[in-house]
Amino acid sequence: MEEKNLICINCPLGCMLTVAMDGKKIVSVAGNTCRRGDTYARKELTNPTRIVTSTVRVLGGSESMVSVKTKEDIPKGKVLECVRALKDVVLPAPVKIGDVILEDAAGTGVSIVATKNVQ
Amino acid sequence: MNNYLSADIVIIGGGPAGLAAAVAAKKNGIDKILILERDRELGGILNQCIHNGFGLHTFKEELTGPEYAARFIEQVLDLDIEYKLNTMVMDISRDKVVTAMNREEGMFEVCAGAVILAMGCRERPRGALNIPGFRPAGIFSAGTAQRLVNMEGYLPGREVVILGSGDIGLIMARRMTLEGAKVKVVAELMPYSGGLKRNIVQCLDDYGIPLKLSHTVVDIKGKERLEGITLAEVDCKGKPIPGTEEFYSCDTLLLSVGLIPENELSAGMGVELNPVTSGPRVNESLETNIEGVFACGNVLHVHDLVDFVSEEAAAAGKNAAAYVRSEKETATTPFVRLTVGTGVRYTVPETICAERMGEHLTVRFRVGGVYKNCYVSVYFDGEMISRRKKAVVAPGEMEEIMLTKKQLMEYPDLREINVRIEEA
Repeated sequence: MEEKNLICINCPLGCMLTVAMDGKKIVSVAGNTCRRGDTYARKELTNPTRIVTSTVRVLGGSESMVSVKTKEDIPKGKVLECVRALKDVVLPAPVKIGDVILEDAAGTGVSIVATKNVQ
Repeated sequence: MNNYLSADIVIIGGGPAGLAAAVAAKKNGIDKILILERDRELGGILNQCIHNGFGLHTFKEELTGPEYAARFIEQVLDLDIEYKLNTMVMDISRDKVVTAMNREEGMFEVCAGAVILAMGCRERPRGALNIPGFRPAGIFSAGTAQRLVNMEGYLPGREVVILGSGDIGLIMARRMTLEGAKVKVVAELMPYSGGLKRNIVQCLDDYGIPLKLSHTVVDIKGKERLEGITLAEVDCKGKPIPGTEEFYSCDTLLLSVGLIPENELSAGMGVELNPVTSGPRVNESLETNIEGVFACGNVLHVHDLVDFVSEEAAAAGKNAAAYVRSEKETATTPFVRLTVGTGVRYTVPETICAERMGEHLTVRFRVGGVYKNCYVSVYFDGEMISRRKKAVVAPGEMEEIMLTKKQLMEYPDLREINVRIEEA
């Protein structure tokens, strides 16, 4: 049996959660003061995901950068790979919010979209 | 200066507060609105906040800063609200003549029926901290670094130390890491973090960046470019403890040590400021001591969530519209004063005229420390009216109470409403 510690992010209380794990299986969650803590710990330890935001260069636009994000959350372990995939992307202006910048980022099946309008 | 313009409402600042105020004023029947913005685009600081988490309250979805701004900019364009970019307001007179300038029109004046102050805030600079040592290049406020990385496309440095655990500092720890810099440590003077829990976990813990509470920078090394800093632990009074010094080599120091409402224009026109918030003192209509001059957003008091800025600004816009249409009756009953008791640092607003308030009034406040298992209590002239149990309140998270017109009408002789934190 293995024990893991994490902080619940649902409210400012920030409960210190202690999760007992048997291999990849969660045996118990302790330290939470409400149900949200239990749900959070289970998701965070079995399948943690994040929305990734970054910027890419724009050529010939009113601005030199455009902000982007993954359209959905992706596995936490893929975050750095996803940002690296954006490193050499250069877009011609104009760019509109929602334009797909890169499909299937880092093999996650999730596309990266623009979050700003650049003329 | 032969240019004389006029507008029913002039809004100073085209960030989230100014945009929401303009939209609300227009929807409440005011046609001639003018937004004056000093940057090259509308949206304010949201344009450089490319991370997500905005708009959960307003739009029930998680947006990035630029997306949240775009939702309001679209409304401003759809409603044909006039705005001027690259325009700096120099002065506002007490009788509401706004003096501004830009490259195309030079200096010009606008006579305003009402003014909405929505200038936002700025970061506390190094000069406000009294850090000893040299003054080399490589020391930035976190927001400056954010603008350089996210909008200009420059990385300010490769090895980074961050002083202060405010949300912008935490967000920049992650951003700099993703852009290939090494963030060595985040140091916080207080024994608790000033940022949201979510940001501590997702910006620091995710990337293994240590957070040192009760630590501060005691020395800065480097003459031309920053070479390193010395951290030391501080005691409960914030004084460095000798022997705890630790040197970190770095080429960049980011400061995320608080925000100050930008009220030079307000003070210049005679608006009374609250020394706790550094923002204007306002009544239930978010009106300052000068009739027809309203304030909202971070210029009024620093917020954590843009959603609450939009909500507050919409109220200011609506109230300014009512003022322009001369609908708000002059108060016949005396103002009720909102006062702060144990644990509460300030309230916005500070005075209420029961006749003039809407059915509901949100009073926002901040606490001075971390309190667990406590009550937020409201007293009307010493009599407890309501109390709400809270598992925890902290200085980093704004709190609110709701007052109703009905409640206040039941106490016609009411003089004072006191808000305080009590132990459960």
